[in-house]
Amino acid sequence: MTKLDGSDADRDHSGHIRESSDGPVDDPQATAVERESLTFGREGIRAGFLTCLPVALGVGGYGVAFGMLARQAGLSVAEATLMSATVIAGAAQIVVVELWTEPLPVAAIVLTTLAINLRYSLMGAALGPWFERLSPRQSYGSLLVMADENWALTMRELKSGSGRGAFLLGSGIAIWCCWVGATIIGATAGGVIGDPAQYGIDFVLAAVFVALAVELWDGRPTLVPWLVALVTAIAAVTFVPGRWYILLGGLAAATVEVIRYDQ
Amino acid sequence: MISDGALALDPLVVGVILAMTVVTVLTKVGGFWLLRRIEISERLEAGLSVLPGAIVIAILGPELAAGGPAEWGAAGVVVLVMWRTENILLALCGGIGAVVLFRALG
Repeated sequence: MTKLDGSDADRDHSGHIRESSDGPVDDPQATAVERESLTFGREGIRAGFLTCLPVALGVGGYGVAFGMLARQAGLSVAEATLMSATVIAGAAQIVVVELWTEPLPVAAIVLTTLAINLRYSLMGAALGPWFERLSPRQSYGSLLVMADENWALTMRELKSGSGRGAFLLGSGIAIWCCWVGATIIGATAGGVIGDPAQYGIDFVLAAVFVALAVELWDGRPTLVPWLVALVTAIAAVTFVPGRWYILLGGLAAATVEVIRYDQ
Repeated sequence: MISDGALALDPLVVGVILAMTVVTVLTKVGGFWLLRRIEISERLEAGLSVLPGAIVIAILGPELAAGGPAEWGAAGVVVLVMWRTENILLALCGGIGAVVLFRALG
């Protein structure tokens, strides 16, 4: 998780979510993050929004793709827009519209959403050392607009010690605006454009995940869990129905990491 | 529901979207909520920390395995642009341009 921040990754080679080397884990007063002051205000929202805007425009490219795919799967512009505005989870939404057939496989859709978004629990937990000091309204409200991109930016921001508690909210607002706006554009255009493969739109999902993988790569420690995930997913896609290979690959990698933790 | 036009809202579809929203909100706030109540061992933390990358790879592996040389080449372009520039928009444009080009060549 810390690998998105190069300088921290060097100090924390085992990839812990929290820096807990300063004292006993059960004594939060002893952790370094407790000493800096944390604010939650307009300035932090503004900083988050502006820092995230270029990234959010990139997310917009992905939103156009989602809108097109959703339209081709049979969703109306209004339905695609509603999904983007309330779910706000790009990868899950794109995978789900691939499952979208008549009659709707409701259980598969909801479970796949859960499986793909389970990572948000870990990401939210990683914000704990800072968010524990915000009011419940501030922390839980901010978490609603958390996506991969603004989470990564926020971790970097908070680790730098800026103390901007509203950074996640501001950056999330930037993501939300671009994501919803791009969905409307994509869904409207999707009714017009014929074959998405002709424009390489079908490759957008893979391209986004390749780019995410490059960002998440943390050198040698990442190699074993990723290989485990890769082999498990490719084996599971052959033998297990549906999209369970995604969750199985992730869980296999996490299990192997827990087992080899001491080495 | 397609024939009803761009603004149609099918009740079943809206219900599914709401269910997706509830599940997603639970994942977004659940980890932080749980962390405030239970103690997570460092060993478990190490395992959990590899999950996001591992899930990305688990989605990507079969996706690329199902593709051909055009997709593999374009994925290489994304890696190269991302690694050099760290600009996701540039990497996406490069990858999509490359896949269109490679498919035309192939």
